[in-house]
Amino acid sequence: MNLLAAEEATNPLLPDVAEMVIGGFSFLVVLFLVGRMLVPRLQKTLAERTEAIEGGIKKAEDAQAEAQRTLEEYKAKLSEARHEAARMREEAREQAAQIKTELREEAQAEARRLVEAAHAQIEADRQQAFTQLRGEIGRLATELAGRIVGESLEDQTRQSRIVDRFLDELESADGAAVR
Amino acid sequence: MSATLTPLASDEFQAPGLGLFDWPPLVEGAAWFNKPALYAFIGGLLVIAFAFAAFAKPKLVPRGVQNVGELAYEFVREQIARPNLGKDSDRWMPLLFTMFLFVWIMNLFGSVIFVQFPVMSRIGYPAILSIGVWLMVMYLGMKNQGPIKFFTNVMFPPGLPGWIYVLVAPIELISTFFLRHITHAVRLFATMMAGHLIVALFSEVGWHFLVVKLTPLGAPLGVLGVLMTLLLTAFELFIQALQAYVFALLTAMFINDALHPAH
Repeated sequence: MNLLAAEEATNPLLPDVAEMVIGGFSFLVVLFLVGRMLVPRLQKTLAERTEAIEGGIKKAEDAQAEAQRTLEEYKAKLSEARHEAARMREEAREQAAQIKTELREEAQAEARRLVEAAHAQIEADRQQAFTQLRGEIGRLATELAGRIVGESLEDQTRQSRIVDRFLDELESADGAAVR
Repeated sequence: MSATLTPLASDEFQAPGLGLFDWPPLVEGAAWFNKPALYAFIGGLLVIAFAFAAFAKPKLVPRGVQNVGELAYEFVREQIARPNLGKDSDRWMPLLFTMFLFVWIMNLFGSVIFVQFPVMSRIGYPAILSIGVWLMVMYLGMKNQGPIKFFTNVMFPPGLPGWIYVLVAPIELISTFFLRHITHAVRLFATMMAGHLIVALFSEVGWHFLVVKLTPLGAPLGVLGVLMTLLLTAFELFIQALQAYVFALLTAMFINDALHPAH
């Protein structure tokens, strides 16, 4: 009940000077320590935090842009490489085709050459055989004729004339058969 | 009147009066050093301790007490400073933040058990704060708007018919430069005082009818008193924070009016 004991009914609206001094002093001390020393520290930290977050975002954006650039570079390189490969393939195909054609032509030429050589050989052989045969046949025919006719055909000129004539007749009769 | 009624006090219910707010010195001889004075110091120390724990070494990534401190700081900044001061906020945050916490803890003492006295219910404490604000605002206004313009800007708002200035000028002069600074202090003082008085009344009801003089008829009243005490204490907790907010908010508003001429 000491609440009532102290009642002396001072006007509660009249400030007590001692209270104002105490309150003012207390508040100024708090204002100095909290407002002057501690709050600025917090403000600095908050500013740094904002900066750090903004910096982080900026950094991430930069990294993303860099990655994008690299990606595009790689894509460009890749497509270039593809083109190059396609071009080389095409070139190789062309070259192969060309080589094939050349080889074929060469082979054909070789074949032709061989055939011609063979023909020439055959012709030469035939000519030779023909010449040989011609002499042989002449001699045989002469001998045969001499024996049959009994007349010696030793006279060279006459003999040869006879043979020639005979052969000419023979040739003209069945030249196609001999060939 | 108490002198004659005191003998009856133990028998008859007597509502607590203004004597609740008169405190004898704690130490014989030092008249100024009473309970509110002690709490004014303790409250200041608590604010300092809290701010120190929170912001002595602030981290970029906050932990523990710093989180709580930042919550309080951001509340003051977003709800009190920015709406009134805009981009000047950061410059005035030290004052507003300190003032909010200081007033709040002083009010809060009203609902702390065993302490149970809101320091701000003694007019001297809010008065010195609002006098400080008044001096500062006067200085700022004269510095920023000019020693005469500061007054005429308020007293002669443009766009009114000429004769009405006869009425407006003195009203504005008194209300803007004196009355609102007086009510600044009185509002805080009166709400704290009334709140304390009413909680004391209901707890006295509870105490008297349940302990001092328990009677079948009085008991329900005592129970009601206790319930009301609980309810009003919760309400007081809200009012204490609200009044601290209002006090800091008005301070921010006054500063802004001094920095920029009203329109």
